[in-house]
Amino acid sequence: MLKKEMDDLLQSAQTYGWVMEPFAKQLFALAGMDVPRFRWARSIDEAIPFARDVGYPVVMKIVSPQVVHKSDVGGVMVGISDDADLESAFNGMSKINGFAGVIVEETVQGVELIVGATIDDQFGPVVLLGIGGTTTEIYHDVGLAMAPLCESDVEKMIRSIKAIPLLEGFRGAERVNIDLLKKLVIKFSELVMDLGDTIESIDLNPVMCSSKRCVIADARIMVKK
Amino acid sequence: MDLAGIFRPDTMAIIGVSLTNDTHPANVIYNKNRLRYEAKAYAVNPRGGHIRGDTLYMRLADIPEKIDLAVIAVKAELVPSVVEECISAGVKGAVIVSGGFAETGLIDLQDRLVALAREARFPFIGPNCLGVYAAPRMDTFFIPSERMVRPEKGKVTMISQSGGVVVDQMVKAAAEGVGLSTAISIGNKALIKEADLLRYFADDPGTDVITFYIEGFGKNEGREFAIAASQCTKPIIVLKSGKTAAGNKAVSSHTASMAGDYQVFASVMAQKGVVEATDEFELMAFAESLSCYPKNITGKIGIITGSGGHGALCTDACISHGLVVPVLGEDTRLALKDALSPVLRNIASYENPVDLTGSSTDDDFLAAARVLSNDPEIDCIIMLLLPYVPGITVDLGAKLGMMHQHDGKPIIAYVPHVEKYKIVVDGFSFYNIPVAHSVEDAVHMAEAMRRNKPC
Repeated sequence: MLKKEMDDLLQSAQTYGWVMEPFAKQLFALAGMDVPRFRWARSIDEAIPFARDVGYPVVMKIVSPQVVHKSDVGGVMVGISDDADLESAFNGMSKINGFAGVIVEETVQGVELIVGATIDDQFGPVVLLGIGGTTTEIYHDVGLAMAPLCESDVEKMIRSIKAIPLLEGFRGAERVNIDLLKKLVIKFSELVMDLGDTIESIDLNPVMCSSKRCVIADARIMVKK
Repeated sequence: MDLAGIFRPDTMAIIGVSLTNDTHPANVIYNKNRLRYEAKAYAVNPRGGHIRGDTLYMRLADIPEKIDLAVIAVKAELVPSVVEECISAGVKGAVIVSGGFAETGLIDLQDRLVALAREARFPFIGPNCLGVYAAPRMDTFFIPSERMVRPEKGKVTMISQSGGVVVDQMVKAAAEGVGLSTAISIGNKALIKEADLLRYFADDPGTDVITFYIEGFGKNEGREFAIAASQCTKPIIVLKSGKTAAGNKAVSSHTASMAGDYQVFASVMAQKGVVEATDEFELMAFAESLSCYPKNITGKIGIITGSGGHGALCTDACISHGLVVPVLGEDTRLALKDALSPVLRNIASYENPVDLTGSSTDDDFLAAARVLSNDPEIDCIIMLLLPYVPGITVDLGAKLGMMHQHDGKPIIAYVPHVEKYKIVVDGFSFYNIPVAHSVEDAVHMAEAMRRNKPC
């Protein structure tokens, strides 16, 4: 069952129909999934100490209830390398509609995957796994399965990805830790079963997978209206 | 709810038989059951009277025997009261042939019917359906008997949302020699749905393979079907229509946009080991091969042919369907060379496909099949058998069949389906070896075995 804090985080979505990234990440962290170290900073004075603490380069993302697709409005900046860059990025984002601060977070590396869920009318909770990133819909290289998932379901989904060589250390890149990926997807499918009809869909995109971690770099939960 | 009364009745009452209209569905159903089938059929019409010397009973309660199945073919608005009469007479279930319910917008009438049946735990198929064909016991299809194409009795049960499709599947089953246990048209599936039937036939000793033609599922119905499928140990085959209808829903997440209705359907079927066919021909090929071989294979195909061209076509078809045609090991190649007749030794090809050439005889095919059966790197043999090769006799089907009884590795045969070669086909069929009508069809049969859930 959902923890009370999780319910509270979902409540935050009632006004806009979706859960904003910082709340969504807290929710997945509570469910025992890996998220980057991040801080929701409302001012540059809050942003700088955190960036120094976590170590440059960092990532900055807009927090706005009016922005669902952040990169479409210049709301995602990666590779920020010092205080000055951080400040200019902050100033730029502060002009975006509905600005409610920014997320500053550690840079995570790996293969960009998408892990998603939707509540299908005929089949109920369904989980998706595949190649992620902003172009995910163009490549459409994903597998689907009905939740909850067992380990062999996840294995089949991984094997169904056409670009699977990317996970296996393509051209000398490090291999993705498949065990961590499987654990993340299974945990996610259990969470989706608990969330049930309260949600409409979830995108964890990208999930950054490397030999050491499978980290939810961005997350969005669309709740049922 | 117990569905045995519907599918295995000893007695049936056909309600709505007309005194004046012999083409009325109830009359067609009554006539064929009265004359041809084992279940005892009684005709019911509130006006009473006689039809060709038989009594037309005014009420169910007047029938001197306890009735297992009621076949209801009266006007839609009268159906609920007829169902109430069935319930009080202790009838075990019904097929409601009548149309004029949800499909014409009369959703309330249908809901009322479902509510009263559910309350009394009274199962019914339909409404708006052909119902059940389970020869030689009974048949509620309102198609005149002389127009029906009847497949041989067998162990495939076919369930269809469309009556027209299931009748057409029976024609194809008869043509392909696929044996039928029960055929069911479920119409509006108001009460009994695909998942209920799947659970029933999973335990039915007369059924080895279950096929479905599915147009759509209601809310969470697909989930219930998938769960039932994952608990069923028999092969399940589905054919889906309405794959392209979806239209563009406004969605704001990547996942929702990539998880369209049909993508989800196809993925969940594969996840649960249900074999999805792309068209009605594939469905029949799948049904034929899985009724012979319910066990899963990994898909390592050994091809034996009398024609190099057929072997090459078959290899391409295997690869494009996700099967593998492994190179044969040294031991197998030597064993093959040893086993073939001397005239072939230097002209046959010992790669995979094994090409026995136009100089081959029955004994060469038998020897090659035996060698490949013993090769652990092969888990299914496709035999491309061209009966016009001069050294081959019409007995080869039966000979290979007999050999297969001992060696047991799945064999699929391709034999051109023409009258002249029917005896070869029959030889295979007698020993439960599926016979394809084309090279592609043979490959579909093997593909079904690979995609079928591991037992």
